[in-house]
Amino acid sequence: MDDIRIRNEKEQDEFEQNQVIMTPGQMVMRRFFRNKLAGFGMGIVIVMILFCFLGPFFSPYGEYEIFYINKQTGEEIDMKDPRIKEAGVIINIKAPLSSSHLFGTDADGRDVLTRIMYGGRISLTVGICVVIVELLVGVTLGGIAGYYGGKIDMIIMRLVEIFYCIPFIPLMLVISAILVGYGISPKYKIFYIMVVLGILNWAGVARMVRGQILSLREMEYMQAAKAAGIRTYKKIFKHLVPNVMPIIIIMATMDIGTTILTESVISYLGVGISFPYASWGNMVNAVTNSIILKNYLNIWMPPGICILLTVLAFNFIGDGLRDAFDPKMKR
Amino acid sequence: MRQYIVRRLFISIIVLFGVSVMLYLLGRLTPGDYVTSITAGNPNITVEMQERMREVYGLDKGIVEGYLNWLWDALRGDFGLSFLYQKPVTEIIMRYVPITFTLAFSAMVFEILLAIPFGIIAARKQYSRTDYFIVAVALVGISLPSFFFAAILKRIFAIGLGVLPLSGMVNARAGYTGWARIADIGKHLVLPVTVFVVTGVGGLLRYVRTNMLEVLNADYVRTARAKGVPEYKVIGKHAFRNTLIPIVTMVGNMIPGLFSGAVITEGIFSLEGLGNIAIKAVQSGDIPYLMGFNMFIAVLTIIGTLISDILYAVVDPRVRYS
Repeated sequence: MDDIRIRNEKEQDEFEQNQVIMTPGQMVMRRFFRNKLAGFGMGIVIVMILFCFLGPFFSPYGEYEIFYINKQTGEEIDMKDPRIKEAGVIINIKAPLSSSHLFGTDADGRDVLTRIMYGGRISLTVGICVVIVELLVGVTLGGIAGYYGGKIDMIIMRLVEIFYCIPFIPLMLVISAILVGYGISPKYKIFYIMVVLGILNWAGVARMVRGQILSLREMEYMQAAKAAGIRTYKKIFKHLVPNVMPIIIIMATMDIGTTILTESVISYLGVGISFPYASWGNMVNAVTNSIILKNYLNIWMPPGICILLTVLAFNFIGDGLRDAFDPKMKR
Repeated sequence: MRQYIVRRLFISIIVLFGVSVMLYLLGRLTPGDYVTSITAGNPNITVEMQERMREVYGLDKGIVEGYLNWLWDALRGDFGLSFLYQKPVTEIIMRYVPITFTLAFSAMVFEILLAIPFGIIAARKQYSRTDYFIVAVALVGISLPSFFFAAILKRIFAIGLGVLPLSGMVNARAGYTGWARIADIGKHLVLPVTVFVVTGVGGLLRYVRTNMLEVLNADYVRTARAKGVPEYKVIGKHAFRNTLIPIVTMVGNMIPGLFSGAVITEGIFSLEGLGNIAIKAVQSGDIPYLMGFNMFIAVLTIIGTLISDILYAVVDPRVRYS
């Protein structure tokens, strides 16, 4: 009898030792990577980042390097070459696909592939920076509104509503005109645009965070924290913020995608990144010329596909994260 | 309930006031006002003439005084004359509303008709191939830049195949009348509506799917199944009716979008809608039009949210406002 009991206990111990105990974080990661679409999105984002940030080092051309061609010999000449002044040399515009220009050249004679890389840098940087700005403002204000409630909540939420009511595109046009009016060079315009987009987007984040905190505040563990006499900032940062984190991460991922889309729209309208700098949006803008729309697909299709793929990838990741964080939808 | 609505309306007035202040500030801060933009490049215009014109347009007043004047007139229902068109702002809005509304409304109908059934199918077969496919297609739609998608559609259907018109509202050369004219307009609207539907359906579809999933996991659905209620009844009666609650509220939020106009799509297809007019107004500094139009949209946004909140209480008896 004793023998069996000891053996049973031993088996029990072994079983417990072999059990893999996973932290909630590990469980989220596992669920996330089991989702094929999310993995696919992750792959695209990594490839895009490598392509845009490392690609230019391998490209022999510059972002606004213009190419010329000698009509008689068909020889291509760089813009720094003195021979461009010779007779019969013209700008090599709308060149067809070739081994030296994989996607040809655009209407100004610049290499399309290289500009896609530089444009991607802008799009990705804008996406990430804008989301950081909107999170900083949105989480702080939303957190304050949700935690303290009362008059502060009232004021912040009215501000959110005001921001909701202001139409976006006309506003961007006005802001762009103001930036141009104050003589800000195209080089620095992008930083202002990032800040403006971030400030315009904070309202959505604030509303979401506030809603979450409102319901978390009523949880029992918050009462326990209160009874234990924990300081306010610890209550907020140790107990509330970690619980809002999943939704913030999901929102941030999806917002990177949305922001890239927004940036492409304003660049397409010509109020975002401006000449001579490239952005995926202003490259697609070439379609306003009906000849390019009809005959030069190589100029406008690749940047458009890049926008689509990148935004799609961030949406896949966000969707995957949502499923991974929400144990109720466990497969 | 009535008390709640009254309080909400009162708050709305404060919000509208804030919106109008911000809009006016932005409009006036724009460098290069309407007078500069219409006299630019004309060497015969002297500074005195410009000053005189500013006086006529009321642009010589300070920002505060100008705003108070606008507010006083607006409160009495007078939104002034548009600088560009020299007609009352309300008249201009009324003239261009039909195009924008037709476009947005037909797109909205298609979106709802597509999103609800496909969202339910995706939720019922969660993690199946069908679900993956539907969600992936919806996400592609959300991620498509409208200008890029419009360009592709134009390239394929208007230029490549030549079956649909490239842009505009009517075929001016044909001079159709009656039914032929309506058919012609319909043909012109196919591509823009497609752009709207494809880029807009994804959000709604995902919303339907998530809500349906939540409901399908609820206890009463399990009870219904255990009782032996046929599956179509479980889905159609028990589950679907409850997913309608969030959907109804979302539709309320779509109201302002019916009138605000889509700048990009209207621009690409050269449709004379409100979005296009608004852009022209921004570019030329037509402050009365901008104020009138944007306040119109702001009012609609607030009404839309209010309606969706009230509908919430109507369709879901558990919700009570106090």
